[in-house]
Amino acid sequence: MLRQARDANATRLNSLPEYFGMLGAIWAGAPALLVYFVWLAFEGDILMAQVLEMLPDADSMAATQELLIGDIRNAIENPISYRIASEEVRMAADRYRELSQTATLALTATCLSVFAVCSALALKFMTPRIRARAQVEKIIRGFLLLCSMLAIFITIGIVLSVLFEASRFFQIVSVTEFLFGLDWSPQMAIREDQVGSSGAFGAVPLFVGTLLISFIAMLVAAPVGLMSAIYLSEYAPSKVRAAVKPLLEILAGVPTVVYGFFAAIVVGPALRGFGQSVGLDVASESALAAGFVMGIMIIPFVSSISDDVITAVPQAMRDGSLAMGATHSETMRRVILPAALPGIIGGLLLAISRAIGETMIVVMAAGLSANLTANPLEAVTTVTVQIVTLLVGDQEFDSPKTLAAFALGLALFFITLALNFIALYVVRKYREQYE
Amino acid sequence: MDITETLAIPIPEQLDPSATTGHADLDLTTVGDITVPDPRMKLRDINVFYGQKQAVFNVNLDIGSNSVSAMIGPSGCGKTTLLRCLNRMNDTIDGCRVEGRVEMDGKNVYARKVDPVLLRARVGMVFQKPNPFPKSIFDNVAYGPRIHGLVHDRTDLEEIVHTSLERAGLLNEVKDRLDQPGTGLSGGQQQRLCIARAIAVSPEVILMDEPCSALDPIATARIEELIGELRKNFSIAIVTHSMQQAARVSQRTAYFHLGYLVEVGPTKDIFTTPKHQLTEEYITGRFG
Amino acid sequence: MSRTEQIVSGLARRQRAEKRFRLYGLIAIVLGMSFLLLLFGSIVTNGYKAFTQTYIELPIYFNPEVIDPGGEHDPQTLFSADYWKLVKTAMYQKFPQVSGRKERRELARMISEGSAYELRDQVLENPGLIGTTRHIWVVADDDIDMLMKGYIDREVPEDERRLNDRVIGYVDDLREAGVIERQFNTTFFTAGDSREPEQAGILGALTGSFLTLIITLLLSFPIGVAAAIYLEEFAPRNRFIDLIEININNLAAVPSIIFGLLGLAIFINWFGMPRSTAIVGGLVLALMTLPTIIIASRVSIQAVPPSIKEAALGVGASRMQAMFHHVLPIAMPGMLTGTIIGMARALGETAPLLMIGMVAFIVEPPSGFTDPATALPVQIFLWSDSPERGFTERTSAAILVLLAFLIAMNAAAVYLREKVTKRF
Ligand SMILES: Nc1ncnc2c1ncn2[C@@H]1O[C@H](COP(=O)(O)OP(=O)(O)OP(=O)(O)O)[C@@H](O)[C@H]1O
Ligand SMILES: [Mg+2]
Repeated sequence: MLRQARDANATRLNSLPEYFGMLGAIWAGAPALLVYFVWLAFEGDILMAQVLEMLPDADSMAATQELLIGDIRNAIENPISYRIASEEVRMAADRYRELSQTATLALTATCLSVFAVCSALALKFMTPRIRARAQVEKIIRGFLLLCSMLAIFITIGIVLSVLFEASRFFQIVSVTEFLFGLDWSPQMAIREDQVGSSGAFGAVPLFVGTLLISFIAMLVAAPVGLMSAIYLSEYAPSKVRAAVKPLLEILAGVPTVVYGFFAAIVVGPALRGFGQSVGLDVASESALAAGFVMGIMIIPFVSSISDDVITAVPQAMRDGSLAMGATHSETMRRVILPAALPGIIGGLLLAISRAIGETMIVVMAAGLSANLTANPLEAVTTVTVQIVTLLVGDQEFDSPKTLAAFALGLALFFITLALNFIALYVVRKYREQYE
Repeated sequence: MDITETLAIPIPEQLDPSATTGHADLDLTTVGDITVPDPRMKLRDINVFYGQKQAVFNVNLDIGSNSVSAMIGPSGCGKTTLLRCLNRMNDTIDGCRVEGRVEMDGKNVYARKVDPVLLRARVGMVFQKPNPFPKSIFDNVAYGPRIHGLVHDRTDLEEIVHTSLERAGLLNEVKDRLDQPGTGLSGGQQQRLCIARAIAVSPEVILMDEPCSALDPIATARIEELIGELRKNFSIAIVTHSMQQAARVSQRTAYFHLGYLVEVGPTKDIFTTPKHQLTEEYITGRFG
Repeated sequence: MSRTEQIVSGLARRQRAEKRFRLYGLIAIVLGMSFLLLLFGSIVTNGYKAFTQTYIELPIYFNPEVIDPGGEHDPQTLFSADYWKLVKTAMYQKFPQVSGRKERRELARMISEGSAYELRDQVLENPGLIGTTRHIWVVADDDIDMLMKGYIDREVPEDERRLNDRVIGYVDDLREAGVIERQFNTTFFTAGDSREPEQAGILGALTGSFLTLIITLLLSFPIGVAAAIYLEEFAPRNRFIDLIEININNLAAVPSIIFGLLGLAIFINWFGMPRSTAIVGGLVLALMTLPTIIIASRVSIQAVPPSIKEAALGVGASRMQAMFHHVLPIAMPGMLTGTIIGMARALGETAPLLMIGMVAFIVEPPSGFTDPATALPVQIFLWSDSPERGFTERTSAAILVLLAFLIAMNAAAVYLREKVTKRF
């Protein structure tokens, strides 16, 4: 259709012919695509509703209905579940399959007819005088904007989804109990009647454990990272710097699951053995082992940020100090580090937030039981470990046990967000100072 | 892609200095007496290399006591490089190598056992761009005395800071805001603060690398006045691009060209009766 | 005391402090390097032996009475026949002197049960084998493998080790006869997960990772580039755009496990997408990688000299055309570099995949985006939990494979970057 338009009016078009093609395609195709996706989004729910209506004693109790839906879904997706399912569920599953076949046919028909109608309309309204390029570009621009807004949608998605599930949790367990309770044993609260009375959702031991491990990690990472950045930027010959820097960066590229394995297989047993040899009782999942390995992971992070902020201090400061007869270390300690301090603090805050949110190392090397202690030789558990243990494995989505994971996630999200926010702000202010 | 190719901006050919001056065959051996009766420092057979590239060729020069020696010459002729030989600041540059002798009290400052830290305490430096530390005015001036352990109590330190600021002509302007950051001062004040910082450890020599190039005429005049004052107690070597400045503040002037010391002599002789063709061309403003 | 003397008197102390400071720096570097060495060293020493596996050569008689009593080569019969019996018989014949029930069970247990499936596949492929005797290398049990690799200490009292003296004697006999040896471990690369270490492989996990990353790439690259183009080229300077930028920077630092929670709550619970699948995993990782790609793409757009865009605009191109025809091709290598780095990160990511259930025990490699799948790092996590020494070894080997992929990806990124920097 567009070819004709092109041939007939090529001389009078006010955009390149391609743009008419694109515009036509968008006009004709976009509505059909929209129909397709909207349909797909709601198909499952609508079909399920119909199936449930068909069932003889469609229970009105929401809880059992949800269970039933789960069973039916399983039966549809999984042949084994189908075989072991009850007669009723099997019937529903069959019905669902039937309906969904019909639905697919209907969908195809609808989409095709929408496409045909839109094409016809496009053909009718497409005249050479239309500013096709401007229109197409407007549409592309809209698409680009949408893509960049996705970042906001993701944040909103995180906040809303986590907040929603967490709020369901807080209907069962009070916020104060969660934030200030000293006892965490979610396993005991599997049965509904135990909740609340058992007081098993006090997250303080998790927060303390997280902080303890992060603290140990920073104890390793901050001095090693900072000093190696100083050495590389001030002392090392350029060849050493060129070789060592990328090697250190490798540590940052190693997946955390590898660190977790390293902590569990090498560092944990080694610390335990060392403890035994000097007569100390070190738990095999001690906070020390997890924190130490996490520290190793964070070293390159600290060192590259420190390196950035140290090299951002103008050379004139260095020269000024050295020309006064200061040694390199005096220059570093008295001029450069004080000047770079805000940047370094910002970097350390980012590193702490990294440590708090780190999951695999602690899942593999830290403990499971909530232990309110500041002794690094004992096993502690962390927020992320608990999120993983609560959500991995069989889960009913309504038990406070699983919902608790979202409450923890909410806390984790806001803590790391606040840390990042402050850190980025401090670092930016610092950069502006030297720009 | 084709647009990008046709657009490629031609990188200017590396300027060949000898081609632009048109004096490639000129004799560049030094004209004039390089010695002074009472030298504070002596440069002998100095060659400086940046990696493979030589920046200073065979320079011999004396820096007189209690006087101002000016170094002038077109940009890139090695003035800064030579100045930085005097307090071994070139050591801090990767790949920079200095050959020859720099004598102070008859001893080579490049000898192995000389500690550059001590040398730099005796030979202070003021930079082209004012570079106060991001600390208070007081701490800026107190920096030297503190690191060198020159004071033992607060009153000593305050005395040093006050006299240094006084001698740098800054005290009146800042005396009631000593605890405010030095970076908050005006450019001219910052440069005087840097001078105060340099003289706080009472060095014997002060090196100044275009100390006024970032300043306005009034601030420049103040610094020039200050240099005239400081000359009574210190030996000063100053690099400048302004011939008027060299004429105003210095007693001796050395003219450099492409890393060579071309001519040296009493300032008024250099500016009135230059002996070397290059010097003449430079001071009459034919190039540079 | 003159001023110079005063300075000199403090000089030695200051130089000592300088040396000390320098030493601290050096120690930090050495520590960092030795951590790196320790990490890689322990994984390599733990894992390199997993690339070989112990095989035993057995003269297998494909007894028609056992596997094909009817003689009609019916695939159904052949499929469900008792091949394990063939293995056992061959093993008993190797050691005719062994007769006790217990001892014979020990003998049979020296061979991996997976070898029966191996024989079955051979027969199904070539029914002509029936009735013949073939010398076949079958996989040994993981305990035998551990013995052959020197992980079982013969000095330890018998009841404290996994193999008793008798079995060790059998192994020694086989060794003397030259029919037991370590060969390249193909199973590791061709099998899915298994409860038995000697039958476990990474193919399933690799396939899962591959499928997941395809989804991640398909989503995050175009969207990331589009967002970067908008923010660099078309975005007005206003509050809303600032908000987007702050958001992107903050998202880049949100813990990955939070993205897992998002995936669980939204994709699985709300949209009802299937758990444990590559499609959900890919979606979650795409959201996680997006900020990285946006940031890298913006940087590489900024690096394109403005003259190029201006020239295109000068000859009458619209901003959109200047962007897509002239700026984007030049910025592309930089964007790809950022994308590869983002993909490498996604490949090593574990926590969010745990949240969306990609931790299931999955034997069959997934064949599509909606099949239950796991990923290589998750497989590592699963194996690392198993007590058997054979799994520890395979965990390390899987880590080596993962690291090899990551190194290859990062090398590609570095190569691309070098190419870009040379052009300008
Ligand atoms: N750090 C360095 N590395 C390499 N070459 C350098 C370095 N510093 C200076 N040079 C070179 O040495 C030569 C002399 O430079 P120098 O800075 O001493 O010149 P200058 O006379 O001070 O110039 P200006 O008047 O512009 O300050 C120049 O050709 C310069 O390019
Ligand atoms: Mg200079």
